[in-house]
Amino acid sequence: MSVASTNTRKYGAVTLGTLMPWIVCALILLILPQVLDSRGQLTIMSQMSIMIVFALAYNMLLGQGGMLSFGHAVYVGMGSFLCLHVMNSSGFSSIPLPILPLIGGLFGLGFAMIIGSFSTRSAGTVFAMITLGIGELMAACVLIIVVFFGGEEGISGYRDEGLPFFGLDFISHIEVFYLIAFWLFTSAALMFLFSRTPVGRMANAVRDNPERAQFLGYSSRWVRFVSFSASGFFCGIAGGLSAILFEIATESDLNVAASGVILLIVFLGGVGVFWGPVIGAIVFILLQTVLGFQTHLWELYVGVIFVGMVMFFPGGIAGLIVAHGVAISLGKLNLLIRPYLTCVLPGIIGVLGLCGLIEMIFHVREAPTGEYEMTLFWTDLNTHHVWPWLIFGGIALAGILIARNQAPVLKEAWAQANTIDGEPS
Amino acid sequence: MDLILVNLIDGLVFGLLLFMLSSGLTLIFSMMGVLNFAHASFYMLGAYFGYQISTALGIGFIGGLIVAPIIVGLAGAAIERYGLRRVHQYGHVPELIFTFGLALLIQEVVKLFWGQNQIPYFEPAYLDFALFSVGDNAIKAYKVFMIFISLLIFGGLLYVLTKTRIGMIIQAALSYPKTVEALGHNVPFVFMGVFGVGTALAGVAGVIAGPALGTFPGMAFTLGSIVFVTIVVGGLGSLWGALVASLLIGWMTTFAASYNVEMATILQAIGFTEPEVLSDSSFQDLWSLTLPQIGPILPYLLMVLILVFRPQGLLGKRES
Repeated sequence: MSVASTNTRKYGAVTLGTLMPWIVCALILLILPQVLDSRGQLTIMSQMSIMIVFALAYNMLLGQGGMLSFGHAVYVGMGSFLCLHVMNSSGFSSIPLPILPLIGGLFGLGFAMIIGSFSTRSAGTVFAMITLGIGELMAACVLIIVVFFGGEEGISGYRDEGLPFFGLDFISHIEVFYLIAFWLFTSAALMFLFSRTPVGRMANAVRDNPERAQFLGYSSRWVRFVSFSASGFFCGIAGGLSAILFEIATESDLNVAASGVILLIVFLGGVGVFWGPVIGAIVFILLQTVLGFQTHLWELYVGVIFVGMVMFFPGGIAGLIVAHGVAISLGKLNLLIRPYLTCVLPGIIGVLGLCGLIEMIFHVREAPTGEYEMTLFWTDLNTHHVWPWLIFGGIALAGILIARNQAPVLKEAWAQANTIDGEPS
Repeated sequence: MDLILVNLIDGLVFGLLLFMLSSGLTLIFSMMGVLNFAHASFYMLGAYFGYQISTALGIGFIGGLIVAPIIVGLAGAAIERYGLRRVHQYGHVPELIFTFGLALLIQEVVKLFWGQNQIPYFEPAYLDFALFSVGDNAIKAYKVFMIFISLLIFGGLLYVLTKTRIGMIIQAALSYPKTVEALGHNVPFVFMGVFGVGTALAGVAGVIAGPALGTFPGMAFTLGSIVFVTIVVGGLGSLWGALVASLLIGWMTTFAASYNVEMATILQAIGFTEPEVLSDSSFQDLWSLTLPQIGPILPYLLMVLILVFRPQGLLGKRES
């Protein structure tokens, strides 16, 4: 089996196979802006890349270290504010712009080391509560300490006043995207390598069983402190990138709501796999832009997806993908296609019907009086007639009932696809 | 002197309100070992249900005060039964994340049905008068009513937990669930009941606080984090700690909001001289700092200090 062969291979060996995903990612980052080159697309992709750096840094704590932080946007925000101060200072003309995220990262590292020196004493609830407290404190400080944070309007600057870097002055969006993509690739690679170092491995051990790690002679607190500081460093880099992209930093970059969003993203993507947060960030930004363009209720849908994910698939999207690995390696993925069509598809249609009902409720409540017409799924309908309600209710009910009815079949097929032939299940 | 008395009363109202939330939260924590991030969302649901019931059904404010918490409690019990119990098997962190997601979701659902803005939920006319006055400051009858209801609930809770058979079983189930189960009690049912009662208490707090503090979709998040601070400061799982911390934080924020102590006065008293042009000084924020400005963050400062120097809280016995 593949698991056994990984163990017998020399640990940490670099082969073309292990490098392949990284090469593919680098190529995608190089080619993508040539294909999707409008200003809006480039901005969304840059935003996504920054989110990915932040999400990967957050997962260093949550996934690899088992530490739940409710105030991690603080380190991104601090990096962002500092970088904007650098951009506004007179010395900026002697610093090339690509170096700037590193300055943000070092500031994030320093700040995380100060906070981490007392917050990493214990994991679990105490740690979560300290981070929440620090998050609220810092968000309040932004409004009080006007000299550094600029109060409610924040701090803004111009990225093009730095020392030209090989003739580039980073005015055009595509240059900014390549700069961000470079830092995304570098920090992702560094974070992956960190997870393979002894201290990265010890973070996993401390997450799973701190007592045993202590008996082996490792200080759980020290291991947590190192993870926390490293995470702060990469958060600071994300902050510097955000300063370069948006040229402004405000309270909303580091408040508790921003910290909540990153928790949502990372959990949605999957905490158990290194690339989980990458998927989470991409899916979330897509949901935010695509769904947010279609409906006012996108936050409600994202909330439902999130709660459903925690309840039924705690491994996130990445966990779902990985769960299919066994079926693929046994060559039995085709067994699953039919049940997916008969169970998951009606389920999705049923949920869409439910969404239709919710949209109509929203329309009845929010539309100006006298306006009964609305467009839903490319059809015009009158929300004050009984028919649309009956149709959407019927679709929802039928879809969910069929899905429920077919669920045992899917379960059976899933068990089949995950057992080796000839073995009694 | 009058101002101190008025602030004492206001702080007591806010502190007791916090206690109604923190008592339920701390009970739920001692039984499940997880902080319920959505607790303040049940408080918000209480306010909205109270408003809807008292206006739509026409049974008045008192009717809402009785019916809304029951509905909130049932909803809470259902969420424990079908949501939390399922997530429990994955461990503590997913549980915490689940309640966090639930808090987001409830906020969005409230926005869907009642909209973004504050709803017109007011105290009933028969409680909207000045009961007595301290100096020039009139004390509204509704405030006294809030104090009265909170104390009534605290007394009832204390009586049930310490004097009745049900309370004995709950207390036993908190510390030795296996033994209590072996004695033939349905412990999961007890847990569901405690969760339901805890959320119902939050619902009561919502119904009576809605008219006083305003009923809007952000009310859960504004009060929610303060409630956490309260039970962490008081000591996780300690009912008396929750009471002490609630009153402490209630008075602390009220007094901080009404005394305009300026940092400049303190700095001058120590012997610093105020810079001539304040906007040029890099310490301008320090000089213009006032107590009402930092009042809202004092509870968080207190929590961080408590967690660093006394992680078990003021009256708590165990560490997390």
